[in-house]
Amino acid sequence: MSDISTLLPCPEPVRFLAPDGTRAEMSTETAAALEARGYTMPSDEDLLAVWRGMVIGRRFDAQATALTKQGRLAVYPSSRGQDACQVAPMLALAEQDWVFPTYRDSMALVSRGIDPVEVLTLLRGDWHCGYDPVATRTAAQCTPLATQAVHAAGAGDGLRRKGSDGIVLCLIGDGATSEGDFHEGLNFAAVFHSPVVYLVQNNKYAISVPLAKQTKAPALAYKGIGYGVRSEQVDGNDPAAVLAVMRAAYQHARSGGGPVLVEAHTYRMEAHTNADDATRYRTPAEVDEWTGQDPLVRLQAYLVGQGVLDDARMEEVRQEAEDFAAALRERMNAEPQVDPMSLFEHVYAEPTPQLREQREMVRAEIAGAAGAAHPVPAQDPKQEATR
Amino acid sequence: MSKPTTYAQALNTALRDALTQDESVLVFGEDVGALGGVFRITDGLTRDFGEDRCFDTPLAEAGIAGFAVGLCTQGFRPVIEMQFDAFGYPAFEQVVSHVAKMRNRTQGRMPMPMVIRYPYAGGIGGVEHHCDSSEGYYVHTPGLHVVSPSTPADAYSLLREAIASDDPVVFMEPKSLYWSKAELDLPVTTEPFGKAAVRREGSDVTIITYGPQVPNALKAAEIAAAEEDWSVEVVDLRTLVPFDDETVAASVRRTGRAVVLAEAQGFAGMGAEIAARVTERCFHSLAAPVLRVSGLDMPYPPPILEHTYLPGVDRILDTIARLQWDDEPDLTHAGSDTRAVSA
Repeated sequence: MSDISTLLPCPEPVRFLAPDGTRAEMSTETAAALEARGYTMPSDEDLLAVWRGMVIGRRFDAQATALTKQGRLAVYPSSRGQDACQVAPMLALAEQDWVFPTYRDSMALVSRGIDPVEVLTLLRGDWHCGYDPVATRTAAQCTPLATQAVHAAGAGDGLRRKGSDGIVLCLIGDGATSEGDFHEGLNFAAVFHSPVVYLVQNNKYAISVPLAKQTKAPALAYKGIGYGVRSEQVDGNDPAAVLAVMRAAYQHARSGGGPVLVEAHTYRMEAHTNADDATRYRTPAEVDEWTGQDPLVRLQAYLVGQGVLDDARMEEVRQEAEDFAAALRERMNAEPQVDPMSLFEHVYAEPTPQLREQREMVRAEIAGAAGAAHPVPAQDPKQEATR
Repeated sequence: MSKPTTYAQALNTALRDALTQDESVLVFGEDVGALGGVFRITDGLTRDFGEDRCFDTPLAEAGIAGFAVGLCTQGFRPVIEMQFDAFGYPAFEQVVSHVAKMRNRTQGRMPMPMVIRYPYAGGIGGVEHHCDSSEGYYVHTPGLHVVSPSTPADAYSLLREAIASDDPVVFMEPKSLYWSKAELDLPVTTEPFGKAAVRREGSDVTIITYGPQVPNALKAAEIAAAEEDWSVEVVDLRTLVPFDDETVAASVRRTGRAVVLAEAQGFAGMGAEIAARVTERCFHSLAAPVLRVSGLDMPYPPPILEHTYLPGVDRILDTIARLQWDDEPDLTHAGSDTRAVSA
């Protein structure tokens, strides 16, 4: 049996940076405890990389939101406010690692280096998944809640079987921790010792339902303990803490320590999607409070205070982000070209006879000869002759 | 040398041969290890191939199916067991939302080469939740192949093909046939997916059936021939998806009459689909409406009543009789005599 103390999360979320970008105050005892868990303040260089990723990520998020308003995207679930959780964990992954994301993790996928147009394919509606999940080692964004938690456990087991030192990062939301598959995923990962890190981005609302109505657990991080999974909680709006905790979690999984559950306490600044009205279920005061916790502002203030970030560099990256957004805008303004016949290519490796019939019907419809090739089954030729 | 081989042994040998020939094949589920499965289909596999290749999982069907999805992403070929038909329902979302759709969602880049084995249907005196015919749910889901072998030879051959398939296969094993035997020399290769088999030739009526009801159809055909001089053809679909319209239609055009026999409840089920397809294709050849014989439209009953529920030989014979054997159909309005064709 594992010693439960090795599984328990810190009593308070791990935090290195205060909201104003200064170093968070902590007792010597806390500092020692964090160090014992392998959480060390990342270097300025690493934090600069995270900052840059967040500037570009946030600009991407704003552009995607604008594209939705212009009708270019059917829907876009923004992750503004969760930027630290979206960027830092991705930058800390190794090439061979896999990611199992949700529909809200578009910024994370962009941070992983996936073509933003391919990321937005799902939301634009030209196909379900626009990128190659095998080549990018990034599973299709998952729309059902928590089902990917079990996929991640299996993928981690597969990596281990192949002798790879790759790990799996599974992104998940707070509402999804109520789903059965979240529990089955954690349990399977634990039993099979899968190298999976589950990152719960607790953004406080499952569409409109607040965390208090989602769970009675003192923190979602405690859910790992029942499965024998090492667990942690972190200030999800502190990019330095997120990076430190995720790195340690990856190291634990990569070195054969089994799965880890990390709960990041964060906040979704926008509504669930453009179809949602967040003013119905949360107050302006609450949103204001979280605005003061902005992860990008926080890290930027820290780096400026450290003297490693100046106006020139900020302007440079701001311009880089603008160029990124402009290029995305331009490409998204082109009408997507989708061949209707591609519908039939991806149901089975080889279409069934029934699909082949329907394919001919659609081909004829497209050719303007609707009706000519309807899959009315061939009648007995002898019968046809006598009619 | 052929030797008596049970359906269960054929499945066991198929799993063995697949595990031997392909390192990427993994067998897992509840109780499939030391116990060898509650029906012993995986008997001895852990002993012979090790716990790494055939292993027990936590008791969680969605977990089993979802874990298999993850393994497929890494190039493995999982063969998972759902223990009993109705135990598979917790895994339904994984099967219909992910297993069936992953190839489509990813434009063919992430296939799901897995086999989901369901010991299914009744006739074994099982208690509640142990005897469902759940094939209707799966045939209604594009992206899945659905297979239900009725003979030991098909059990072996179709399971090997299922494991080798790059697409997910729902493999429905009729529990009532596990102990049925045939003289067989394994390995054997029967007709591939998508080909129905004419198990008995006849000229007066076609029974279209599959899985657990194939033996009943053959028995009914035998009795009909002996007692009523009716010549009954029996078509065993073997695979429900893909569906063999050709063999079915050719048979019905020849006989002019069709009975669809399926053990599942009849309403909106696989039997309804078959009847519709036959009508669409063979309308001018039919001398009578296509009739269905099925289980009753109710939850599977307690064991003591299952023989009232299940389609049996008598119900099949009664249905054949309802095809109004001696009446010439009035087809004057059609301008032709279809009987001439069907004769």
